[in-house]
Amino acid sequence: MFDDINDLYQQVILDHCKQPRNFHELPQCSCSAQGFNPLCGDNLKLFLTLDGDVIKDAGFTGSGCCISKASASLLTDNVKGKTKAEAEQMFERVRDLVTTGKTTGDVGKLAVFAGVYKYPARVKCAILAWHALIGALRGEAAPVSTENEKT
Amino acid sequence: MTDWTKLRADFPILNQQVHGKPLVYFDNAATSQKPRFVIDALVHYYERDNANVHRGIHELSNRSTNAFEAARARTAKFLNARSADEIIWTRGTTEAINLVAATWGAKHLKAGDVILLTEVEHHSNLVPWQMLAQKTGAKIAYIPVTGDEGTLDLSKLDSLLTSQVKLLSMVHISNSMGTINPVAELCAKARKLGIVTLVDGAQSAGHLPVDLQAIGCDFFAFSGHKICGPTGIGALYGRTEILETMPPYQGGGEMILTVGYDKTEFKPAPHRFEAGTPDISGPIGLHAAMDYLDAVGREKIWQHDQELANYACEKLSALKNIRIFGPKQNRAGLVSFLLKDVHAHDVVTLADQGGVALRGGHHCTQPLMHKLGVESTARASFYFYNTKAEVDVFVDVIKEIQKFFAQ
Ligand SMILES: Cc1ncc(COP(=O)(O)O)c(C=O)c1O
Repeated sequence: MFDDINDLYQQVILDHCKQPRNFHELPQCSCSAQGFNPLCGDNLKLFLTLDGDVIKDAGFTGSGCCISKASASLLTDNVKGKTKAEAEQMFERVRDLVTTGKTTGDVGKLAVFAGVYKYPARVKCAILAWHALIGALRGEAAPVSTENEKT
Repeated sequence: MTDWTKLRADFPILNQQVHGKPLVYFDNAATSQKPRFVIDALVHYYERDNANVHRGIHELSNRSTNAFEAARARTAKFLNARSADEIIWTRGTTEAINLVAATWGAKHLKAGDVILLTEVEHHSNLVPWQMLAQKTGAKIAYIPVTGDEGTLDLSKLDSLLTSQVKLLSMVHISNSMGTINPVAELCAKARKLGIVTLVDGAQSAGHLPVDLQAIGCDFFAFSGHKICGPTGIGALYGRTEILETMPPYQGGGEMILTVGYDKTEFKPAPHRFEAGTPDISGPIGLHAAMDYLDAVGREKIWQHDQELANYACEKLSALKNIRIFGPKQNRAGLVSFLLKDVHAHDVVTLADQGGVALRGGHHCTQPLMHKLGVESTARASFYFYNTKAEVDVFVDVIKEIQKFFAQ
């Protein structure tokens, strides 16, 4: 019945939503930020451990839909080992990807989110964790809400 | 016997496919669809009668004014108000409640007074009171909800009805739980204590016969778009005696008797509360909607609503790993539910692929969701043009969704 929807719920996404990676707090983290999507109630907290400019470890907690959880899970895998600047660049690529289906440069496994743009109501779910990432890196104290953003 | 399938054909929008599947529209608590009869009334108005109301003395203005005021009288009859003067046009339930807060509330509430609400309220019956409380120093208290059943715990009522309570405002039918509150009983209690009452009828008007004199409330609010009427129009009913004590809402044209540079005399209700050129086509479309609903019969609509909800509940209850909200008995025409380990938004996205339009989220009842320990629910809400066969499709889709996430 749901053949068409596999472009949204790719196997990798289903896998990460059922078994999220790095799904825990980082008690010794350097920074963290909360991401909140008031429409769905998705609520994630992202933790980063930095070594100088490099993200050494990443983790998250919270609850949300399949897309937002999988996105957070894949994010934590993706940003480990990246510099702050590289992580910000990845955010921009992912944002382009989930809003237009296209992006410049390599996004690795995150390419599974290429179908999200066809489901406008779900773009916020896919981008939530990435907004929290930017919030954490920039040291924003207030929870990041998808309602304040264009995406 | 009502031929529901024949009625369904009156709704052009229902005859379409979504994602290659026949549309099953189960988001009626958010907004209803419109029959051809209502659409035609709007077209007729714009093609034949359009003019500003209460201003001109030419033929078209007479026609539009007559139609506009006839709709007001029709609304009074629809709700069994005593007079058309008790009906104030608003954009909908939300604006109706805000109007009461801004006029009655600003005049009659002071620091220390209590506004009594219930824990199942829609944001539109929460936020205006919170804003008013902040301004006046009044406090808000809540009649508690029992739990997943969404019914009110009335054992606490007497202790909540203190002498500080000035207003009791409550929803008639909960849009997220489907519970029907005993509003007549509560209004009678409140009235004895001199407490003003407001009933949010967004989910009840147009679904069951509403008799305001039997309910005995001071205010009643509803939205036209939820009962087959156009968007942008709704009404506030206010008892004449109370409306007379209330200052105007907004200032401008239509609501004045005489205006000087330093002093203005206002019209009596309802026009005192309707500044500026109103939505004219809205009441006209709503008039048609009320005629349409009464031709079907609101008793029958109510029975049909409840039958579908009970049928859906029964079928959903037979599934594993599902949590169903709302009362076991006497449920209005909607079912909120959650599947274990599947977020409501994923349910809605997948159901949409099956042609079934559901709603997922907090349904503008965030505090209630919080209290029940959930972020959101999925909701199927019915109206008289829905059928049991559609409920079957819906339940099959839910089963498929469970399978999809169990892979
Ligand atoms: C119980 C209840 N109250 C109030 C409202 C607000 O109605 P509207 O948005 O038409 O003003 C709704 C509609 O969502 C509702 O279901």
